[in-house]
Amino acid sequence: MKTTKLLMGALATALLAGQAAAADLTIGVAAEPSSIDPHYHNLGPNNEIRRHMFESLVWQDEAQRLSPWLATAWTPTSNTTWEFKLRQGVTFHDGSEFDAYDVIYTACRIPNVPNSPSSFVIYTKAIAAIEVPDPHTLVIHTDVPYPLLPNELATWGILSAESNGVSEPLTYDRNGCDGVESWPRTASFNDGSSTIGTGPFRFVEFVPGDRLVLARNPDHYKWDVEWETVTFKPITNDAARVAALLAGDVDFINNPPTQDLPRLETDDAVAISAGLSNRVIYLHIDQFGPATPGVTGTGEPETPFEGEGACAERACEKNPFHDKRVREALSKSIDRQAIVDRIMGGIAVPAGELLPPSFFGANADAQPTVYDPDAAKALLAEAGYADGFSLVVGTPNDRYINDARVAQAVAQFFTRIGIRTTIDATTASVFFSRRNKYEFSVYLAGWGAGTGEMSSPLRALVATRDRDRGLGGTNRGRYSNPDFDEMVLKALATVDDAERAAILQAASRMAMEDYAILPLHYEVTPWAHRVNLTYTPRADQYTIAMDIRSVD
Amino acid sequence: MLVVLIRRLMQSVVVLLIMSVIVFVGVYAIGNPIDILINPEADIAEREAAVARLGLDRSLWEQYFRFLSGALQGDLGHSFVHNEPALTIILQRLPATLELAAGAMFLAILIGIPAGLIAGLKPHSRLGKGIMAGSILGFSLPTFWVGLMLIMVFAVYLGWLPASGRGDTVDVFGVPVSFLTPDGISHLFLPALNLALFKMSLVIRLTRAGTREVLLQDYVKFARAKGLSESRVIGVHVLKNILIPVVTILGLELGSVIAFAVVTETVFAWPGIGKLLIDSIALLDRPIVVAYLMLTVFMFILINLVVDILYSLLDPRVRLGEAKA
Repeated sequence: MKTTKLLMGALATALLAGQAAAADLTIGVAAEPSSIDPHYHNLGPNNEIRRHMFESLVWQDEAQRLSPWLATAWTPTSNTTWEFKLRQGVTFHDGSEFDAYDVIYTACRIPNVPNSPSSFVIYTKAIAAIEVPDPHTLVIHTDVPYPLLPNELATWGILSAESNGVSEPLTYDRNGCDGVESWPRTASFNDGSSTIGTGPFRFVEFVPGDRLVLARNPDHYKWDVEWETVTFKPITNDAARVAALLAGDVDFINNPPTQDLPRLETDDAVAISAGLSNRVIYLHIDQFGPATPGVTGTGEPETPFEGEGACAERACEKNPFHDKRVREALSKSIDRQAIVDRIMGGIAVPAGELLPPSFFGANADAQPTVYDPDAAKALLAEAGYADGFSLVVGTPNDRYINDARVAQAVAQFFTRIGIRTTIDATTASVFFSRRNKYEFSVYLAGWGAGTGEMSSPLRALVATRDRDRGLGGTNRGRYSNPDFDEMVLKALATVDDAERAAILQAASRMAMEDYAILPLHYEVTPWAHRVNLTYTPRADQYTIAMDIRSVD
Repeated sequence: MLVVLIRRLMQSVVVLLIMSVIVFVGVYAIGNPIDILINPEADIAEREAAVARLGLDRSLWEQYFRFLSGALQGDLGHSFVHNEPALTIILQRLPATLELAAGAMFLAILIGIPAGLIAGLKPHSRLGKGIMAGSILGFSLPTFWVGLMLIMVFAVYLGWLPASGRGDTVDVFGVPVSFLTPDGISHLFLPALNLALFKMSLVIRLTRAGTREVLLQDYVKFARAKGLSESRVIGVHVLKNILIPVVTILGLELGSVIAFAVVTETVFAWPGIGKLLIDSIALLDRPIVVAYLMLTVFMFILINLVVDILYSLLDPRVRLGEAKA
């Protein structure tokens, strides 16, 4: 028996070696992960790389629909319990077996990552308790009905308990698990000593700033990857990344700049894959106090400003945006199709909501606000601003595709209806700090729905800021509508999918009809690669090497 | 002598201290790192927790004194982004930058001195004039643009050399170097050339001016009168005499080569400390930025200190002056 296995192994190796010659892939990426530790930093580049080596219970496909990964099936068994069936016969890269205790070990480790700048605790704190009826079944309890549990279990990768020296069965305790003396350090993932997952790729080498090398895991149950090794090279400069592709240094790049796309399209050696993303570019409007920092020409505020914000420190003029007609006028003044055609080079879609119609909880019939500058002027006059006012619109200039140019176009549209607008564009690090100090009356930003469904943008961007209810985390326009908040909370507690979708659709309609936030467009994500490769565009904008294939 | 040394050391400590305050406050003023590091999906409670984990909830001065007490024990802080000691990360990237700087200096000398000699020996020939015109371009074209052009010409159109990255490395005494492998050399050439252009122009101009001056000297005329071959006159008598100012200037310029490497490293995705600094500024990774600048300041202070000490050893007047004071 043992000999046969050995022989088979040798044969498999020989076959693979024969195939390996040309099967290396080099990918030029715009941003590199800050660490290989899958639980250290919850941010795009890290999560993208993590998916190659560490697997979750649940997979999000290219449209962010959930499908089996390490779990083969899951069902809610009551309003607050879920049963997950785990895949049998899966082994980690070091040969140890995957079972339910690895999931518990991982859930226990997540709160124990020191110095994490963005922790995955947000995706584990709903878990109240975990039961293990048998080693390949998990029963997860939550405090309240929690329909997003499978989505959240798709966000973190599973470590091996055994490889990290824990062989005893663990019990999950959200206040700290007993029985583990030390957790693997972040640095030990960067040098590979703890980088042991079940994924379709094994870790080979990480040289920060230069390369990350992965090798295929030949006996993976889900992917038959054709690349022997995959190398990720961080090339942050856009022009240099395109040049590296044209020169043949790399086979595949993400985020090619839009102005280079026409040139790349005419190149016979290069092809472009592009698909609709989950990212909406929107305008947030300050609807908090009686005064607002970026508006002049509206006169004294009626009541003094109270609370947090730039107006607490200096005198500001009256905030015109509490009047729905003014917000509607702003929305009607923008020709979204023109922005998409002229500035985005066609690689965007005008938005009528915060998530494209194909996603869970979005309204299939949602239309962008119709461009009508005359109606916008009439609305302004009706609201008492016939002469308009002056406005400063904040925007980052290096975060989203063509962000500052889009803001510039928006400013021109606003000026056309009498709101004399200038833009205040700064680098992302400065912009987000100022935004979070409420220094803008209107600002442009983007939102990618990590969970791939409507509750993500509604909860974070539109719901009233509330620490205890976990709402409004990025609602820096501070729109507040108690009826809307109730609907979001109701949706977040409705386990039945059809019912939840209906509530989210109604909530989204409500926000749009109130012009609480102005969506501009959905980004279309392009990737550029050799002409003999194909890529299935992903809504989450991740570059996943398993989905890169060669064609003849 | 001891007094000089102690006084200089005290001054150095004061300079370091002042620099640390300026750098710390400056980076602090740009923005709050958590705003750019945290996942936007994080709720308010998680944001507060992350702020506390990174120690950003403390006052500026408390953060500064924590940094200072760490620095006194040789710990320049932990990177917010990478969760490793800032000093370790910088030292990991240093060899790449030093290699690039050395490569650039090598090219500047290898091409600059012969070209300068030719221009100096035959100033009115077409070649000599061409070299001088080229050196003006080398001075005036922006490094960033030249880098992209080099990539377009040599990597994209001709396909001779790779466009970016560092290539294969081998360890020499535990330090990874790339100039010993063919792949590494091919990766090193374009960025080194890009970085060398400015220095090369400088060397050409220095060499040319020196050559023209030296050619008129009596000892050159005498050597020629003695019947020495032209190659010996130029190779020994001329070259030796013009090298002194060239070497002096190049030594001084080494520091600026490392500083200019920031642009070249970004264009060529070269994994050195310049690129690290740019990336860290973009992510507001304050510990790295502060550690990098502190290290640079420390290096310059050390060089100056050594120079001062050497100077006082060489020049008795300095010693005597100190003794009186």
